Formats: sequence, structure tokens, C-alpha cells
Amino acid sequence: MQDQEVKLLGTWSSPYVLRIRWALRIKGIEYEYIEEDLRNKSPLLLEYNPVHKKVPVLVHKGRAIAESLVILEYIDETWRDNPLLPRDPYDKAMARFWCKFGEEKLSPPIWRVFVTQGEEQKQAYASAMENLEILEKELEGKRFLSGEAIGLLDIFFGSLAYIIPMYEEIIEMKLVDPSKLPWLSKWMEEFLNSPVVKDTLPQKDKLLPRYLAIRDTFLAKRE
Amino acid sequence: MADAEMKGVVLLDLWVSPFGQRCRIALAEKGVEYEYREENLANKSALLVKSNPVHKKIPVLLHEGKPVCESLIIVQYIDEVWSDHAPLLPADPYARAQARFWADFIDKKIYECGTRLWKLKGEAQQEAKKEFVEILTLLEGELGDKKYFGSETFGFVDIALIPFSSWFYTYETCAGLSVEAEVPKLVAWAKRCMERESVAKTLYDPHKVYEFVLFLKKKYGVE
Repeated sequence: MQDQEVKLLGTWSSPYVLRIRWALRIKGIEYEYIEEDLRNKSPLLLEYNPVHKKVPVLVHKGRAIAESLVILEYIDETWRDNPLLPRDPYDKAMARFWCKFGEEKLSPPIWRVFVTQGEEQKQAYASAMENLEILEKELEGKRFLSGEAIGLLDIFFGSLAYIIPMYEEIIEMKLVDPSKLPWLSKWMEEFLNSPVVKDTLPQKDKLLPRYLAIRDTFLAKRE
Repeated sequence: MADAEMKGVVLLDLWVSPFGQRCRIALAEKGVEYEYREENLANKSALLVKSNPVHKKIPVLLHEGKPVCESLIIVQYIDEVWSDHAPLLPADPYARAQARFWADFIDKKIYECGTRLWKLKGEAQQEAKKEFVEILTLLEGELGDKKYFGSETFGFVDIALIPFSSWFYTYETCAGLSVEAEVPKLVAWAKRCMERESVAKTLYDPHKVYEFVLFLKKKYGVE
């Protein structure tokens, strides 16, 4: 089936772009990937996402869609095979709820743990653990967040599976201890080993120095 | 967790909340009968805490005892369950994506920036004022010459934004700006929305909202 010109504007290191790549892979959609330099944004990016000027941007039949969750729902509604979201309105609402939870309650403290130290880091760590425990409860008894197969929620949270271990290595603190968060730990492993994710992750030897530099920059700002 | 005792539709809410108002407007547009329950946020009901354990916030919609949280998620749920008339989102996936994008923009920007307008003073307030005008200008640009953000149909984006129109007087008075002067087309749109029964019966007089904010200012020791 001709996919009528699907383009994805992204950057190699963005976990948000990866969500879209995973979704497109699940749906079996072929697309043209365009690497953006966010320090020197292309006229294409500025034209397609004038409001936020960010990646990812999906372009389908010449029309642009921005914001990863909006893009994911668009993909799900346009290519109906291998659904990402449940069909039942209540289950759909719950999936959307957990995405918002991830964005607003879970990711921010995890980020803060990574870019701070001392007392600030301690507080961020407590908040991150509190919210990781909530996610752990949600995973109890499930193979994936979306159930038996990878779905929207797994794609949405998926980058944590490779980012958290990297943070742990850099800051030398454990966030997901298998003895304390067994379901989360198991999910991370299952997700990383799945065919959807294989060969899509940014190379660690490129990503690690990048994140090291990010942490250094943030710590320096606070001096 | 579903409460087997609870039937029908219940909305846990706070009278002045623009987020709660989004849900009330959506329910009214659909002609759904529901029980409105006013929450005292200083003394949250057991039902609220049980229904929204993660955030403990209003609004919460309970449908046959099952809770749905987060206002825009609730509005989409309402649209998907009572789908036989008055569609709040368009049918076309691209148009839906645009609606979700702008609702998300409104959700991320208006309340947070608006709060800074009445909470802060001096340079920080001036900065917030500049940002707020930028946000409204962008929205006015998106509205263009359309009757509603949904074009001929009052819909998702209109519902996301219209409750904040009753806060314009507060923002104007606290920060010294004129919304009408900055975005006259947006003000005209707000007036058109107010002609709808669902909106007119839901929004409170801007002076009442201002009184509420004065109470909040006292509570937070602002000014």
C-alpha cells in the first residue's frame, strides 16, 4: 500500500522522535527521515512547526502534525491495522491519562535527578521514586503497559528503558532496582528486546558523552 | 476502581475551575444529564481521593462508577461515548490532530501564564504579560475569520479555551492589559460562544472570578 509520502523530521538523540519511529514500525509504514540540527533549524522545520519549532514533526501528504502524542493518535487513526490505542472509550481515556502522568509527573523529577546534586537531587529522587512506584503498580501482572502487546503507553514510556540505565551509570544512583521495582525492571527488558525497538536506539557511545555534557552544563549553571 | 453503587454520570468539580467548566460545557452540548458535586479542596471528599488517587484533583467524571480524570481527556471521553450527535471533534484524522494540537497548546500555556499575571509583580509580571499577549495573538491567528476554532461547529478547541474568557477581566486588572485591544477577534469569538446556552450557563461573571482570585492572593500572601 502506497503510504503517500510520509516524512518524519527528527534528531538522532530525541526520545520523542523515537516514539514516532516505533509507531511507524508497528504500523509498517515507510517514511523518509529528515535529520534536523536544532541549533540551526531548517526552513522546513520552521514552516512545519511554527508554534513550537521542535521535533518530531510528521508530514503526511504535505500536511504537518506536531507534538508526539498528537502524532501518535493521528497515526493510529489514519492507519487502522495493529492498533496502538484501545478501542473502548474508557480504556482510551485511561491510556491518555497515563501518558499525561508520564509527561507531567514522572519525567520531570527523573530529569531533575539527572541534572542536579545535593539536596535538590535528594528531593527530586524522592519524587521520582514515588512516581516510579505508581507506574510499577500499573504494570503489575502485565507484560506490557498496554497489555499483551506493545501499544501507545509502551511507546510513550519506552525511552525510559534505555535512558534510566544511562542516567544511573552517570550519576551512580539506582532508580529502577529490580528488587524494589520488579515489574518495571522486567518491562524495560522486554521492551528493549522486542522487535519493534531493535536497532532503533541511539548508539550508546554517541549518547553517553552527550548526556554527560548535558549534566555538566546544568550543574555549572547552578554554581 | 468502579463503585457498583454509583449509577449514571457524576462530576466532581469546583465552581470556578476553568478545567471543570470544560467538562460541564461538553456535557451540556451533548445534553447529558449528570449530578454535579461541589468539592471543597481544603477538605477533599473520600470519593475524590479514591477516584483520582494520583493527582487528587478536580474535575473527575464518574460514569457508572468508573472515574475519568484530566479535563481534556474527560471531554474526549464524553465525545466518544455520546457520539450520536453534536460531535466535539471533527471526523477527519488531520483535522482532529489540529484540534488536539491547539487544545494541548491552550492547556500548556494559558493557565500557567495567566497565573503568573496575578501572582507576580514587577519585571516577572511584565514578562508574563508579554508572553500572555503572544499566546493570545497566536490563538487569534489560528481562529482567523472562522466563527469558531472548529469552523462552523463549536468544538474541542473552543471548549478548551472559552472558560478562560471569564478570567480575562482578572488578568487585565491585575496586570494592566486590555485583551480587547490586543486580540479583538478573539474577544468577538468569546462573545459568540457566550450566546450558546452551554457556555452562558456554565461561566461565571468575570467579577466573581476576580473576587475569587483576590481571595487566592490573600491566601498566598501576594501583594
